[in-house]
Amino acid sequence: MKLIYTDCLVVGAGLAGLRVAIAAKERGHDTLVLSLIPAKRSHSAAAQGGMQASLGNTVKGLGDNEDVHFQDTVKGSDWGCDQTVARMFAHCAPKAVRELANWGVPWTRVTKGPREVVVNAERITIEEAEAAHGLINARDFGGTKKWRTCYTADGTGHSLLYAVDNKAISLGIPVHERVEALSIIHDGERCHGVVARCLITGELRAYIGKSTTIATGGYGRIYEVSTNAIICEGIGQALALETGVATLGNMEAVQFHPTAIVPVGILTTEGCRGDGGLLRDKDGYRFMPDYEPEKKELASRDVVSRRMTEHMRKGKGVDSPYGPHLWLDITLLGRKHIETNLREVKEICENFLGIDPAKDWIPVRPTQHYSMGGIRTTPTGQSPQLKGLFAVGEAACWDMHGFNRLGGNSLAETVVGGMIIGKYVADFCDDNDLVLDTGLAKRYVDKVRAEIDELIEGKGTENPWELKYAMQRVMMDYVGIFRNGPELDEAVKQLKALLARSVNLGVSCKKRHANPELVEALRVRRMLKVALTVACGAAARTESRGAHAREDFPQRNDKDWLCRTLASWPDANALEPKLSYEPLDVMQMELPPGYRGYGADNAIAHPDTAKREAEIAELLAALGPNASREARQQALMPFELPESLTPANERLADRLNGLVNTETTGSPSMPNIAGDDNS
Amino acid sequence: MSGRILTFNIFRFDPQDAGDKPKMVKYQLEETSGMTVFIALNKLRQEQDPSLQFDFVCRAGICGSCAMVINGFPTLACRTLTAKYPKGEITLMPLPGFELIGDLSVNTGKFMRELAERLKLWLHPKSDDLNIHRLEDPMDPEEAARLYELERCVECGVCVSACATKQMRDTFVGAVGMMKIARFELDSRDGRSADDFYHVIGNQDGVFGCMTLLGCQDNCPKDLPHMQQIAYLRRKMASTLL
Repeated sequence: MKLIYTDCLVVGAGLAGLRVAIAAKERGHDTLVLSLIPAKRSHSAAAQGGMQASLGNTVKGLGDNEDVHFQDTVKGSDWGCDQTVARMFAHCAPKAVRELANWGVPWTRVTKGPREVVVNAERITIEEAEAAHGLINARDFGGTKKWRTCYTADGTGHSLLYAVDNKAISLGIPVHERVEALSIIHDGERCHGVVARCLITGELRAYIGKSTTIATGGYGRIYEVSTNAIICEGIGQALALETGVATLGNMEAVQFHPTAIVPVGILTTEGCRGDGGLLRDKDGYRFMPDYEPEKKELASRDVVSRRMTEHMRKGKGVDSPYGPHLWLDITLLGRKHIETNLREVKEICENFLGIDPAKDWIPVRPTQHYSMGGIRTTPTGQSPQLKGLFAVGEAACWDMHGFNRLGGNSLAETVVGGMIIGKYVADFCDDNDLVLDTGLAKRYVDKVRAEIDELIEGKGTENPWELKYAMQRVMMDYVGIFRNGPELDEAVKQLKALLARSVNLGVSCKKRHANPELVEALRVRRMLKVALTVACGAAARTESRGAHAREDFPQRNDKDWLCRTLASWPDANALEPKLSYEPLDVMQMELPPGYRGYGADNAIAHPDTAKREAEIAELLAALGPNASREARQQALMPFELPESLTPANERLADRLNGLVNTETTGSPSMPNIAGDDNS
Repeated sequence: MSGRILTFNIFRFDPQDAGDKPKMVKYQLEETSGMTVFIALNKLRQEQDPSLQFDFVCRAGICGSCAMVINGFPTLACRTLTAKYPKGEITLMPLPGFELIGDLSVNTGKFMRELAERLKLWLHPKSDDLNIHRLEDPMDPEEAARLYELERCVECGVCVSACATKQMRDTFVGAVGMMKIARFELDSRDGRSADDFYHVIGNQDGVFGCMTLLGCQDNCPKDLPHMQQIAYLRRKMASTLL
C-alpha cells in the first residue's frame, strides 16, 4: 500500500480547493491537492458572468456595502441560508476581489465619463465619476439592488482560476493530477484522509492528512441535461455520505439556470440579461414584464426559470425536435458590446448553434445549473460530525445560498469561502495532531480494492452507462423545476430500484489501469446515493422555498419548514438516506423572514418572526439614530472571522467623503431603504 | 436527423500494455443532428468499445481538455460538429508533442505545469505591501482589456502540437509560453524588467527559435494573436541587447 502524508490535504483543484491550499501553505503547512484533471481545466473556468463584491465603484453601485449584499443574499436564499455565514461572506468579498487583482486578475475597469448601457430595453447614458477611473468595474445581475458583479468580459472564472492556480504554482503546491478520491478514511469521529486511485496507472494510494478538505464542486451531472462540466458528478458529496457519519445539507435545493442553449445545455451567462438582454417567446413577445413587472428578466434565477416554464406550458414556447424553448435576445446590445463583453457567448453560439448572436436570437431554456446542497459544515467549514473533515465551495453546504443562489455569488463563494475556511483549516492543522494509523488506512484501501476486484472479476452484468442514464432521466423527469408528491415518490421508487441493481454492476473492459468503464462503474453507485438524497429530501419537504418549488405545496412555510434538511447514510446496505432536520433560529437572525419581492406574498409566517422584529426595533432604538451601521449590525447579529479578515473595507465614497456615508446605506434590518432598485 | 453513417478512424494504443502496438481502428456510427466529436466519441465508448480513452471536461470549448488532431488539424473536439465533414470520414489522432496516456488522451497538464515552473508564469507584484482592506490601485481600463485578450489561452496544447520548431527542439517553449510571457510583460503590476524576461526566453528555446511558420496562429482555437506577440517579444528582447 502506498501511503502519502501531508498536513493539509485538499480534494479538488478548482478555485475553492486551490484557495484553501494557498491559505494553508502560506501558514507553513505541507499541502497537497488531488484533482481528476489539470487544475486549470476545473469547472471554475466555465464561470462567465462574474463575482459579487460590494465595491461600489460605479455610479450604479453607489451606496453599495456589506449590508446591501447581505440582504440580497438572504432574500435570494429565500431565508434558507445561514445568516452568520452570509455576513462573513459579504464582509470578505471585497477583500477577495482586491486580493485577486494583486494576483494578476485583469478585472474590467471603470472608464470615467459618459457610458452607454441598456437598461430595461432602452439605451441610456450613465456618467462614471472621474475619481472612479481605473477602479474595478461591476455589471448588473439578477436579484441584486446594486450593480455589484465584478468581471473580466465573460471569462471571469477563467481569469480567476488561472490567477489562483498560478499563485499555487508560485508557492510550490503540488497537484496530483488524474487522481480520483474514492473513500474517506475515518474512525467514526476523526477524518484521516482519503483512498484515491490514479486514473493513469490504476494504483490505489492512501493520502493521509491532519485536515482533509473536500472541494469537488456540485452534483449537476445526476441530471441528464446540465450546464455543468461532465466531471461534476457529486462524488465528493457521495464520499461524505458513505462515511455513514457526516451529513449532507439541503440536497434537494437544486438550481436551474434560465438560459442554457438548446439542446446541449451549454450556459449563456446571466450577464446577457444583466447587460440588457431580453427573453422572448415564439411570437417574439417579451413576456417577463407580465409576470414580474418590477424585476422582469432580472428576477432571481429560480423565479425566471419558473416563469419561463409556466410560459412554455401555456403553449408560448418555440417547437423544436428537443421540445419547446424560448429566445434570448441580445441583439439590442450591439455587435461591439457582444464581441468584447460577451465573446464566450458569441463563440458558443457560433460553434454549437451556427448563429451570430449580434443578429440572431439564441434558443434557450432553463437547465440544471447549481447545487446549493452539499457537505454540511459549520461556519468554519468543518463537518459537525467528522473532526478534520472540511468542505468548501459548491461541494459544501456552508450555507450562504440557502434554497437559491444569486448569480455572481458562487464564483465569489469559491474564493471568499476558500479565503476564510483556508485560515480555519490552517488553524486546525496548527492545533491538532493526527495519530497515523496505517492499519486503519489499509482497511479502507482494501475495501476499495475489493470493490474493484468485484467489478472486474465478479459476475455482475449491469452496464454502468445504462444505470447512469436511467438515473439522469429519473432526475430530469421527476425532480425538476416544478415538483410534486406523486412524481417525487416515483423518482424515489425508481432510484431505489437502480441502486439495488447497482450491486450487480460489471465491466467488460478488464484492465486495472486506465479504464474508463471501471471509472464509470465506481462512480455510478455513488452518484445514485447522491440522487436519492436529492429526491428523498424533495419528497419530504412539503413547501416551496427558493429553487424547491412544490406544485402541491406552493407556499413557503416558515412555520413548519424553516429548517435545513440533513441527510446521512448510516447503513451502507440501505436503499435510502436517513433524513433529519436542523432548525434555523429566527431569534438569532439579523433579517427575519419576510417578503422576497416576487409575486404574491404567500408565506406562512414563523411564530417567532414578529417577536424578533420587535426585538430588533428595540435594539436599534436603544442604539439611537446616530449609531454607525457597523454598530447596528453587531448589536443584531455578531459574527466572527479570522483576525486578519476583520478590518473594514474601504470604499471610494469613504475616500471622497472622508467618512462612511450612513444616510445612503440604511439599516441592515430595513432592507427597502438600502438604495434604489435598479430594475 | 440526417441519419447518415459516419466512419471514424481512431488511433489506438495503450502504452502501459507491454504487448500493445499502435494501430488505427475503424468505427461506424449513425449521425444525429447537432452531433459533435464529443457526442460521437461518448456514443462509441458506451455502445461499441468501453476501453476507448479520450479527455473532455467542459464540452463547451472553455477548458481546453479535448484537443486532438481531427482529419489532420489540431483542434478542440468538443465544439467540432461532425456535419463539417461532407464525406462523413473522420480520422482522430492524439496531439503530438505530449506524453501519451492512451489512445486520444495526452498529458497536457504535466507539460503546462512544468512550463509554468520553468518560465515563472505568474504575476510578480512590484510591491509586497498590498492591503486588501483598502481601495485597490487604479489600472488603465484599456490595459486591463488588452491583458484579458492575451489571457484567454486555455492551455489546450494545439499551438505546441502545430509547431515545427517544437517537433525538432523539445525544450522550445512554444507559442503558449511566449503568449504568457507577453501577458506578464505587458502587465504594469508585474515588477520584472525586460532583462528578466530576456534571461528566460531570449534564446533558441524562446523567441529566437521560432521559425515563424505560424502553425500556432493558424490553429489556435481562441484566435490569439501569436504572431504579433512573438514579433513584439523579439523587438523587446533585441532592444535589451543595445
